[in-house]
Amino acid sequence: MAIVRLRAPLKNLAGGNREVTIDGASVGEVLQELERQYPRIEGWVLDEHGRVRRHVNVFVNGERVREDAAVASDATVHVLPSISGGER
Amino acid sequence: MTELLVGTKKGLFVLRGDAGAEKPFDVAARAFPGNVVEFAIRDPRSGRYLASVTSGHFGPRVMHTMDPTGEWEPTTGLGYPEGSDWSLERIWAIKPGEADGLMYAGVAPAGLFTSADGGMNWDLNRALYDQPTRSSWQPGAGGLCLHSIATWPEDPSRLAIGISAVGVWLSEDGGESWRHGNEGLVPRYIPEDAREGTIDLCVHNMHRAPLRPERLFMQFHGGVYRSDDAGESWISIAEGLPADFGFPMAIDPADPDSAFVIPMNSDGDRVTVDGRARVYGTRDAGESWTSLSDGLPQEEAYLTILRQAFAAEGDGSGMGLYFGATSGDVFGSGDAGASWFTVHERLAPVNSVRVG
Repeated sequence: MAIVRLRAPLKNLAGGNREVTIDGASVGEVLQELERQYPRIEGWVLDEHGRVRRHVNVFVNGERVREDAAVASDATVHVLPSISGGER
Repeated sequence: MTELLVGTKKGLFVLRGDAGAEKPFDVAARAFPGNVVEFAIRDPRSGRYLASVTSGHFGPRVMHTMDPTGEWEPTTGLGYPEGSDWSLERIWAIKPGEADGLMYAGVAPAGLFTSADGGMNWDLNRALYDQPTRSSWQPGAGGLCLHSIATWPEDPSRLAIGISAVGVWLSEDGGESWRHGNEGLVPRYIPEDAREGTIDLCVHNMHRAPLRPERLFMQFHGGVYRSDDAGESWISIAEGLPADFGFPMAIDPADPDSAFVIPMNSDGDRVTVDGRARVYGTRDAGESWTSLSDGLPQEEAYLTILRQAFAAEGDGSGMGLYFGATSGDVFGSGDAGASWFTVHERLAPVNSVRVG
């Protein structure tokens, strides 16, 4: 299972867990399973069409990817806000 | 004690104070720091607070709580369906309906969502979403937004909604079907020879008079209007105002002849006229307007007051009126606008003001 690392506010929505282990063969599958296990995250990372939000970055083993990227069972997945988002 | 819910570009400010004390309200809480709060209300039926929050990173959602100084939780179901060419961008308005638990949310791109459980779970109104003209709907400067939801007292079947810039839509079957209600609106921003039959109509704000529900008042994108036939047709009532451009509007719910607007120069210069902060009120359905400015800044005050940033509380001569500007200043009146005081200065740019 992949290790998924979360920062605030996602960490808080995942019950305060900075790190969770999640099954899934792709980033999309991992994030959908993350939503299933932690329903409060639903809609925060993936939009209503299952796409990673434009101002959220997902890295798999240090490489920035989108929802269709493959995830190996020993991968580390970081989900974090991008510097392009936020409010001025 | 009055509680104001002030949605800003930098979170929700919960202000508490006494309108009669004529001193700044206290900041009881600041929620959602770093996020845009488009709108927040307290549902008087349940006591539940609902806030529209947009994260620059994590998108828009409605949050809820019973205690605005405590923790908030997300609601579910707001979003366009799988395969839609639209994605939810902002939630502009939340409005209690006329049945137990019934709530409405107006969003951008322009859609209406309903909830049967007080706003905890939401469903898309398909009849509006499936309008064949939807692909041609044009946004206003603030986006393609459904911002005004006018319910009919004790009759959930009758609704009027306002969309910028797709005009007024009417329903007599609780939103199962919709039709236009635009007769008489004059879009000066469109060439005269292109106005006939256009639906590119930029409604800025619309309110129904609850004691005479066939009457509605509207602030338009250049124009102030009244309808006496439940939104079928509109007549101009702008004569007597220093300008007919503006965004917000309020009414006295006990006086169907009342409306209050905050005129701004023009669509090209969206600030208070002559650098003076003035509310204008009518008590004769728009036949005449009175400047209500005692206590408001009257020199070098170039304020922009957005469409949801003006609220009323109570009714009659003791009605509270509150508005906030993008300058971060919030003003209030405890006597229906006869006199004003500063509720708070130097908050973040204000998107919305509602009484809790």
